[in-house]
Amino acid sequence: MPTDYNLPVGPFHPLLEEAEFFKIKLDGEVVADIEMETGWMHRGIEKISEESTFDQSIFAVERICGICSASHPFACVNAFEDIDDIDIPLRARYIRSLVGELERIHSHLLWLGLAGHFIGYDTLWMWAWKYREPILEIIEKTTGNRNHYAMFRIGGVRRDFAPSLSDELNEKLDTVARKLTMVTKAAMDDPVLKSRLSGVGVLTKEAAIDYCAVGPTARASGVAIDVRKDEPYAAYDLVDFEVVVQEGGDVFAKTVVRILEVFESIKIIRQCIKALSKTGGAIFNDAKSISAGEGIGRHEAPRGEVFHYIRSDGSNRPVRHKIRAPSYVNIPTYKASCVGENLADVLITLAAVDPCYCCTERSVKMQDENGKELTESLLKRSQDKTEELIRELGEYEAWRYL
Amino acid sequence: MGAYNRILGKSLWVFHVSASPCNNCDIEILDLLTPRYDLERFGIKLVGSIRHADVLLVTGIGSCKISERVQRIYEQAPKPVFVVAIGTCPAAGATFKNAYTNCGPLEKIIPVDMYIPGCPPKPETMIAGVAELLGRLK
Repeated sequence: MPTDYNLPVGPFHPLLEEAEFFKIKLDGEVVADIEMETGWMHRGIEKISEESTFDQSIFAVERICGICSASHPFACVNAFEDIDDIDIPLRARYIRSLVGELERIHSHLLWLGLAGHFIGYDTLWMWAWKYREPILEIIEKTTGNRNHYAMFRIGGVRRDFAPSLSDELNEKLDTVARKLTMVTKAAMDDPVLKSRLSGVGVLTKEAAIDYCAVGPTARASGVAIDVRKDEPYAAYDLVDFEVVVQEGGDVFAKTVVRILEVFESIKIIRQCIKALSKTGGAIFNDAKSISAGEGIGRHEAPRGEVFHYIRSDGSNRPVRHKIRAPSYVNIPTYKASCVGENLADVLITLAAVDPCYCCTERSVKMQDENGKELTESLLKRSQDKTEELIRELGEYEAWRYL
Repeated sequence: MGAYNRILGKSLWVFHVSASPCNNCDIEILDLLTPRYDLERFGIKLVGSIRHADVLLVTGIGSCKISERVQRIYEQAPKPVFVVAIGTCPAAGATFKNAYTNCGPLEKIIPVDMYIPGCPPKPETMIAGVAELLGRLK
């Protein structure tokens, strides 16, 4: 009897929140290879953004992912501001950082709960999500909505932070910090949890660098990268915080990184509130138009670095809007971390990078009527066309034409 | 089906179908099950298999790639099954209305019993919607 076979997981599976398909090649009970099919969640947002005006495209990219609904607009406005070097008022910079960090707390707590759910520890799920609610309340009071905040605009933010909220916010952060310390002690000192997660799905430092992993996935493997520190934007150069790094690379290390990051975020938020009480002034600089040019925007989302590239031709819409979400580089690390693991450990290893497939799926596979892939020939045809245009028009004219 | 539906109303088991959403309605659905909103007090439980489901909670626009799978999921569900479309996407497409991958609205793919619009609908709205469904069954 052969011992190797393929196990299909998905697209609809109890442990996958989003529709996703994995083909796991097994040798006995050990994973020999893992393949993934994407495209189920593709909505063509890059195209929608290119059809929208600048202000609309911020709303469009917000709907890339409901969990990262501050990260994508954050990177997007950074890119727009990069084109024209638009200055942002100090107050708006603090509010931006505040919203970004609130989102990090809610996203990490969400992950902690789901990770507990995936290993059958539903108590942790209920705890983590219970203490996530006060954070969502703060977000609702600060931005007006629980998710999809619509806070960002080119040159600043849309909504001011009411000074009367400071006390309440501090109080709620105290509660969350206290409760989270309790959860951390209960979860991290639990011998069962420790033996379940330690040494599982190890991503070595070399592999993390090879696969260009970002965010908590890389930081849990000993790679200290964080856009907030490496290339500060918004108010991150004005506040004091640490980059949390762990050396283990296993699921346990990733959990520790995320929990410690929540405490760092609470620290940043407290500093932002304090600074906001002293900083007055406008919350946005009005930008009437975006000139022709290229811009890139980066933001350290809860899952890692979000990258937005925007090319503008001086009209009122972006000509090209390219988005690279953190999960896009973190998901291929499955090849390094899952192979050689037991099947029972695979799903928690998949979940450990906090994958967001909605963020990732930015392209489609093109097939002709016989099922043959067209991707390569499409790419080649596109390159040929660009080269031809450059030959005919000269490089400067060709880029303007494009 | 009157008597059957009356019994069904005591304990609805829901299955969550994500048909190209932005994840937002999905996490709000999970939020309903956690202590703050606690949907289980109505006897509602999230199940992992479509064969156990009485209600399908569908989110997302229903992109062309996934629409066929959603149809298959619907066919596999034991009847009667109630389809609740959550969010504005399955109702009208919301931001993705003009997307080239949009094969929705959802009613083109499977029959829909109830819409709970919003982007995302607040958990209170979803509870109100589900309570309405329970009321209809009685």
